Amino acid sequence: MKTTARRIIDFFTNRAAYDRFFKSLRYALYVIVHPFDGFWDLTHEKRGSLAAANFILILSLLTSVFRLEFTTFQFIKVNLERANFLIEMLGILLPFIIFVITNWALTTLFDGKGTLKDVWISSAYAMTPYPLIVIPNTILSNFLAEEEDTFNYFFHDFSIVWAALLFISAIMMVHAYSIGKTILVILFTFVGMAVVIFLLLLFFSLISDAGAYFYSLYREVIFRLY
Amino acid sequence: MKKIAVLTALVLVLAAASPAALSNADSGYSYNYDFWGEEIHSPNPYAVKKTLTHIELGLEDKLSKAQGLFVKDNLIYICDTGNNRIIVIECVDEEYNVKEIIDSFEGAELNTFNSPNDIFVTDEHYFIADTENNRIVKLTKDLQFVMEFTKPDDINFDQSITFLPSKIIVDGADRVFCLVKRVNKGIVKYENDGKFNGFVGATPVTYDLLDYIWKTWIASDAQADAMSDFVPTEYDNIATDNEGFMYVVTANFYEGSLSDGSVDPIRRLNSLGNDILVQNGDWVVIGDLNWADEGVYTGASRMVDITALDDGTYFALDRIRGRIFGYDDQGNILCCFGGNGNKDGYFRMPTALEHMGHDLLVLDSQDAQLTVLTPTFYGKKIFSAIYEYQQGRYDKSAEEWKEVLMINGNNELAYKGIGRALLRQDKYEEAMSYFKIKYSDKNYGDAFQLYRKQWVEDHIVLIFIVIILVLVVPLLIGRIKKVRWEVKAFENDSKKNN
Repeated sequence: MKTTARRIIDFFTNRAAYDRFFKSLRYALYVIVHPFDGFWDLTHEKRGSLAAANFILILSLLTSVFRLEFTTFQFIKVNLERANFLIEMLGILLPFIIFVITNWALTTLFDGKGTLKDVWISSAYAMTPYPLIVIPNTILSNFLAEEEDTFNYFFHDFSIVWAALLFISAIMMVHAYSIGKTILVILFTFVGMAVVIFLLLLFFSLISDAGAYFYSLYREVIFRLY
Repeated sequence: MKKIAVLTALVLVLAAASPAALSNADSGYSYNYDFWGEEIHSPNPYAVKKTLTHIELGLEDKLSKAQGLFVKDNLIYICDTGNNRIIVIECVDEEYNVKEIIDSFEGAELNTFNSPNDIFVTDEHYFIADTENNRIVKLTKDLQFVMEFTKPDDINFDQSITFLPSKIIVDGADRVFCLVKRVNKGIVKYENDGKFNGFVGATPVTYDLLDYIWKTWIASDAQADAMSDFVPTEYDNIATDNEGFMYVVTANFYEGSLSDGSVDPIRRLNSLGNDILVQNGDWVVIGDLNWADEGVYTGASRMVDITALDDGTYFALDRIRGRIFGYDDQGNILCCFGGNGNKDGYFRMPTALEHMGHDLLVLDSQDAQLTVLTPTFYGKKIFSAIYEYQQGRYDKSAEEWKEVLMINGNNELAYKGIGRALLRQDKYEEAMSYFKIKYSDKNYGDAFQLYRKQWVEDHIVLIFIVIILVLVVPLLIGRIKKVRWEVKAFENDSKKNN
């Protein structure tokens, strides 16, 4: 019988697990230049891992904050008194989560082959170019003057376009779709995302109304009894 | 006992040296806008020097609905509209005394005024907008009638409306530019012989397609009437600067369009009527950038008058909140001060703004008084910094800005001014730090390019060494590895052969 402490130590000193993690992480570099067979093998041959996918996702979130904070003020001006970096990160994370869930929900109806985990992993792998390009780009921006802002904007936009193309091929490969069907499904996913967001807002406003109702009931009782 | 005396002396010295003492603590809330458009408190740039009512001036009648104000040299002309007279005040050694009162003249049938709204004085003549008599009269300095400018007998001028000239300016060749009430085609221009010469400088008409479709086909007649017309807006006041350009203000605009710059409450017109106002500041020239609705004081600033000083700075007067906004010639906001109220330096219904040197004169029609504001030490330092910069003495200007910074560490222009001076002295790194504090990206970029160039030139040897190391060392290592591998392979081969 292992103690909890023992388990934690084992978890962090498991050499084989580290090797698997780094191998699957290194595979992201292959995926971004060979999207089609890369994404196929990622899920169908189990070359990727959930740990590496989450690592890339978190790195991307941190990158977006890093970019705001450390790009020279000539290109991006952030009012640090007003900025909320958690909100900034949620602005990427929430759409990502909703996209993955909606996409999975839709593709199960349109005979997609991928599971929720597969869609999550391959979508996260598709974000690889963003930290890969934006982190050096942010550091380099500090060696540029105001007139040379085009370089900065170009590389940033380039990373996003690259990631978007990877997204399309990721969805295509993970569900084994044709290109036409992929684009159709992505468009439907966006519509589905809007529906999900609408339902979430509705749900939260109803919940808060219900909460307010019970709270006022409680207050009424309190006032009557005392 | 001695201790107390020393202490008292110390307190007195401290009190004298504190910024409050420098900026006349008793009057007003002054502020400025920072890079993010947030209000930043600032010391008072102006303080009240004098308030003049009919009592101080020794007149029997109180000023009534006074609308117009003009300053020439040391003479102040007040259009006492309700009393149909013009009061001329002479300023000698900080004393303001009535020099004469103009209420009639000679040489014309109708020789009195009826609600004069504005006056303009040239070297030889008076021009008076005699509003209710539907004319502009031109008089000599000894009050002899010369001529009058009346309703244009021209097809371009709408003959159905009553001709009510309200504000006038006159250019160097005695041509009259006039704002007429309920005329929105622009400024009415007369030749010096009294001939109507068309309209100048109407505001461009802007509307979007959706509004147009809505108004033309969907809205009912009553709704369409309630919507704003697609016509130019009327100007509310007009002033000249020392370069002969016209400053005009308008209070008729949709305040939602202010922030994107599609309406200009303040315009500077050239002779063709084009807006040439320089807007290089962080913010558009609109007065207050953000506003809360406090009782009756709602919405954006509505300028009622403007005055342009000789150094290119200009001040605009807001009738909603009684505030005065100062800008420099580049459109950077210098200061905001004043307000509504009964204290000195506050106004109830300000109608006109003029300047005498750097002093500002505000005419208040409801308080029936003229307020004379004069720059404080802080205000004077700002003006002299601007003056030195315009004279090309950049280092002197930076010295003045440094003194401004001593009083107000939030002054944006001071940082930029010092930065520019440092840049000229080739102190790039220091200049960069000044520009960075106030987010002046263009200036920072210029300084940074020079700094980078200098750094590369200074460290060229180091850079080459690094490049050589980066390029050559991997090559060498590869070479050595290859040689070793070949030697090993050879050895293996020879072992096998043996």
